[in-house]
Amino acid sequence: MANKYVTDEARKQIGKVSEPRTYDVERGAIRRFAEAIEDRNPLFNNEAEARKTRFGGMIAPPTFCRSMGAPIPNIQLNMPGFRALDGGSEWEYLVPIRPGDRITSQAKLVDLREAPGRLGPMVFTVVETTYTNQFGEVCVIQRSTGIRY
Amino acid sequence: MAKQIYFEDVEVGTEIGPLEKNPTTQQLVRYAGASGDFYQIHYDKDFALGNGLPGVILHGALKNAFLGHLMTDFAGEHGWLRKLGVQYRGMDQPGAKVVARGKVTKKYAEGGQHMVDCEIWLENAKGEKTTPGSATVILPSRAAS
Repeated sequence: MANKYVTDEARKQIGKVSEPRTYDVERGAIRRFAEAIEDRNPLFNNEAEARKTRFGGMIAPPTFCRSMGAPIPNIQLNMPGFRALDGGSEWEYLVPIRPGDRITSQAKLVDLREAPGRLGPMVFTVVETTYTNQFGEVCVIQRSTGIRY
Repeated sequence: MAKQIYFEDVEVGTEIGPLEKNPTTQQLVRYAGASGDFYQIHYDKDFALGNGLPGVILHGALKNAFLGHLMTDFAGEHGWLRKLGVQYRGMDQPGAKVVARGKVTKKYAEGGQHMVDCEIWLENAKGEKTTPGSATVILPSRAAS
């Protein structure tokens, strides 16, 4: 059966890339994020303690990238008034993110598919966001699945 | 820093956690502010009810952060959380305890590093896994150090 929303034409958007966005990492923002998730690890909270570790200073906790306001590719679907759910995320951590870093995030639509659901067709969008520091090192890759219904 | 766990200390089946969290509406507001996710279902009860929800619910990303906390605690200063995956299957509400847990499913060497794969999850008071996931951690080895 043909898809209602994810037509062959719509699938041509796979590979679409967002504009890049730049974010300056502040020590206070890392600490506030750690406080909000109630993670008291000195690496995320205490510069003096973190300096004694192998990292030589504070680093960001694993999901800190959530606060960077990363862009999303503009996905065009003829789906008026849809509701959206966050399906989940997969993260890869390659290089620590530190206070003072300038992180550039860019997102790419890597999959778009449709499946039947209880309330009608559901559309799954998979977006891969890459977070790169000022030295050109890829620090984090995030793959998130969105659900529209 | 907490005591460091080494690759030699873990076996398939080794338990991770538990890490207990008691999210409140105040924590949801703080997380909204810290993350910039201001979707009203996480702090406006009337809005949440109007959207067919039982009340305000935890941000999926906050639950993701709880599982990140579980795994960075496990990895310790000399370990490194290499991969973290979560799926949001069930809703959780503030005022109810959630517990992050995990267990080791595989240990192996790869590219000269000592890797551990883990099954992880967040469970509610009924023991239901609302947020299953997986993680890969690089651990230090006593042999290599």
